[in-house]
Amino acid sequence: MIRVVLPTHLWRLAETGREIEIEVEAPVTLYSLLDALENQYPMLRGTIRDHVTKERRPFIRFFACGEDISHEPGDALLPQDIAFGKEPLKIVGAMAGG
Amino acid sequence: MSTVRILIGTKKGAFILSADGERREWLVDGPHFPGWEIYHVKASPVDPDRLYASQTSGWFGQVIQRSNDAGKTWEPVGNEFAYDGVPSTHQDFDGIQRPWEFKRVWIFEPSLTDPDMVYAGVEDAALFRSNDGGSTWQELPGLRDAKGEMWQPGAGGLCLHTIIQDPNNPNRIFTAISAAGAFRSFDGGETWKPINEGLKSDFELPDPNAEVGHCVHNIAMHASQPDVLFMQKHWDVMRSDNAGDSWYEISGNLPSDFGFPIAVHAHEPDTIYVVPIKSDSEHYPPDGKLRVYRSRMGGNEWQALTKGLPQKDCYVNILRSAMAVDSLDPCGIYFGTTGGQVYASADSGDSWMPIVRDLPAVLSVEVQTLS
Repeated sequence: MIRVVLPTHLWRLAETGREIEIEVEAPVTLYSLLDALENQYPMLRGTIRDHVTKERRPFIRFFACGEDISHEPGDALLPQDIAFGKEPLKIVGAMAGG
Repeated sequence: MSTVRILIGTKKGAFILSADGERREWLVDGPHFPGWEIYHVKASPVDPDRLYASQTSGWFGQVIQRSNDAGKTWEPVGNEFAYDGVPSTHQDFDGIQRPWEFKRVWIFEPSLTDPDMVYAGVEDAALFRSNDGGSTWQELPGLRDAKGEMWQPGAGGLCLHTIIQDPNNPNRIFTAISAAGAFRSFDGGETWKPINEGLKSDFELPDPNAEVGHCVHNIAMHASQPDVLFMQKHWDVMRSDNAGDSWYEISGNLPSDFGFPIAVHAHEPDTIYVVPIKSDSEHYPPDGKLRVYRSRMGGNEWQALTKGLPQKDCYVNILRSAMAVDSLDPCGIYFGTTGGQVYASADSGDSWMPIVRDLPAVLSVEVQTLS
């Protein structure tokens, strides 16, 4: 199982906890992870990336093992620690406030 | 005994207020969807327990929520708003043509006959319809053929914010868009024409009498005389007696004819309400006095309604979707402010009281009268 940490608004929308586990078929890429996430939680479709273009929404970032992978190719393999569930993929909303 | 339910959208969630027909004691339920901007919540007139809510966020986009039990529980439904065909272009603030891009739902208008059918007015301006309770949405693209390439955003965005169905003719629909104008369809939304003759935008448009480009803020209609439309424009309060074929000004003695919402009394089709705002650069009431103005003559002669409203140091705004009426007798009038107060009058506007006063900024107010 792959671990995913969601921002507050999204885990409340999906009625989960902050961290969830999803099953993702290999090869584990950002795209395949997001596909699995949206299949399991269809209410999240459109909230992380565009329905059609699949482009990441501008104020969303993806962090893997302490690295910002938001601008990496979506079909690149995610780090082993993500793929084996040792570390969560973090989906982060841009900081708001002053 | 009748009850009244108020559906309030705010910058940080939705609230549902309820009271009996006396309208003195109010229960406050919420926030629903805490932290999200709730642009609009509206009930089906056919099934009053069926609610639609537009839940939006600059971070996470658009979510549509539906309730089948008057807001006790909600379920996210379809949030894919795909423009029909290859998106055409409209003017941006700088006059450059840019493709239509969906941003949010501003307003719902549930069908008068079918609880599963609902219209949605969106930004960038377009009209969508769902026939399955919000699960899927289809654009009515004919609206954008009504000179859409000349539309341009107002300060709040290129938003379709007003949808009015003619209760006597389900094929006749009115919409309004900032800053494009008013539009009418005679065929259920398939084809549209601009209906802006008589509107004047001396300070906003190179051609003050242009066919499109007017910054219409809100339109209201009374079901008993659907050919009569009342409009709060950016500047000017306007009226049409021929279903929008032409408009004439009815600002009369208002202290300012700038404002956002306009509403019609439930039982007196020529009694209308506006809330004057100082100007387009100073979005607060003139002289710091929060005054609703009522005309019992269908315009031109206005009376300030002040009892129970702050008459000094008040600098809130009242947004275009934030005023509504109930259908009790006497008629109740309700409006919400950007300061988080919701004021109510249970006597057609003669006196007012705040029924909740520390909400987040109020974006929309709708009222249900339940028997």
